[in-house]
Amino acid sequence: MLAQLGEEAKLLAGGQSLIPLMKLRFASPKHLVDLNYVPGASYIKEEGDMLLLGALTRHAGIEHSPLAATIPILHDCAAGIADVQVRNRGTIGGSLAEADPSGDWAAALLAHTTEVRCVGTKGARSVPLSEFIKDAYTTALQPDEIVREVAVKIPPPGSGSAYLAFKRSAPVYPTASAAVQLGLETGVCKEAAIVLGCVGLTPVRVRAAEDALRGNPVDAKAIGTVMQAVRAAADPQSDMRGSVEYKRTLVAALVRRAIEVALHRARGEPVEVSHIYA
Amino acid sequence: MPEIFEKVGLQLKVNGSQYSVSVEPRTLLVELLRETLDLTGTHVGCDTSYCGACTVLMNEAAVKSCTVFAVQADGAEILTVEGLEKDGRLHPIQKAFGDAYGLQCGYCTPGVMLSAYQLLARTQAPTEREMRKAIAGNTCRCTGYQNVLKAIELAGRNWRGE
Repeated sequence: MLAQLGEEAKLLAGGQSLIPLMKLRFASPKHLVDLNYVPGASYIKEEGDMLLLGALTRHAGIEHSPLAATIPILHDCAAGIADVQVRNRGTIGGSLAEADPSGDWAAALLAHTTEVRCVGTKGARSVPLSEFIKDAYTTALQPDEIVREVAVKIPPPGSGSAYLAFKRSAPVYPTASAAVQLGLETGVCKEAAIVLGCVGLTPVRVRAAEDALRGNPVDAKAIGTVMQAVRAAADPQSDMRGSVEYKRTLVAALVRRAIEVALHRARGEPVEVSHIYA
Repeated sequence: MPEIFEKVGLQLKVNGSQYSVSVEPRTLLVELLRETLDLTGTHVGCDTSYCGACTVLMNEAAVKSCTVFAVQADGAEILTVEGLEKDGRLHPIQKAFGDAYGLQCGYCTPGVMLSAYQLLARTQAPTEREMRKAIAGNTCRCTGYQNVLKAIELAGRNWRGE
């Protein structure tokens, strides 16, 4: 159908970004293809060492799923996106396909090994999330392709992850966000992934911060180095949500808190966190 | 010249009554409710998906009816503020908002009550955190929310029959 209608067509999933954009005339698609008629596109299931989420799975469905909560970052993210009403409509596939620099899912899921499984007229393919997000509002999707499923690798025991975002009020996009995933072995950090959201055109993976943790105990010294690396890697824009300096400080603080939560979780101590707002 | 679009037929249930209507594809659910069905209790506050004044229940889930196309409600069951009252008796939520002074100007109230409905349909003894989370998508510029929270708590008790 997309191939038939050409570039004047847009896909409608949850509509919580596209409909507001259409009202502002930032988008005026000639045709809307409503994906909500596609049967069986909303599910959460385990397959081998992957957790599979259908593209049309609503944020609220993930928020309330005990299975999704086995990867805590999924619950952290889903439970805090916008507000109840938006979470009841918005979908994980739509969020990734939109690739809004301030969106939550891409930053959160990049801390894990995540694949975006797409399908189009030329068949199906699986794209690592790091290659799927190309630029602001730009993905690897071809014009005749759609997101079918999101596959997240279930981390091994001894791992802990957390996603934290700060926003000025519930319905707005975050000012900054941080996703952390740590793998610990007898107190030493073996694996680390640190991703920043809203402080660049795409989520920012901070390799220098990860290197500072890997092979070391996660102590005050290591966290200090991490925060310096985070401040240096963040590339925020000054806007109504805050200045460049403010956002650098904010995102570093979010990373520090996310590391603390991830450490607790890696030790098997449950901690409930989500977006922070007034 | 505004473009004229061919109308699309759809069927939906609103407050228990079945309707068969035809609308332009671009019509929003809130426009269908207010302009076609004359159910003007659902308000439009911001029309940008922020304020939640237009909140209704669609298949038991709270949605911002300014951010759903009417055609997407084909086959759906909608509950608006007009559907809360039964046989001339106020719903426990409506009664509680009056008794606890959970409103001042009342503009946001229909949306707040429908968000509270989704919460209380699941649990009639919500924690304060659950109440705050449930109405985080509803903006009130009068009350400061304190009496709204008291009203939801009272509504839960009313609903439980206490």
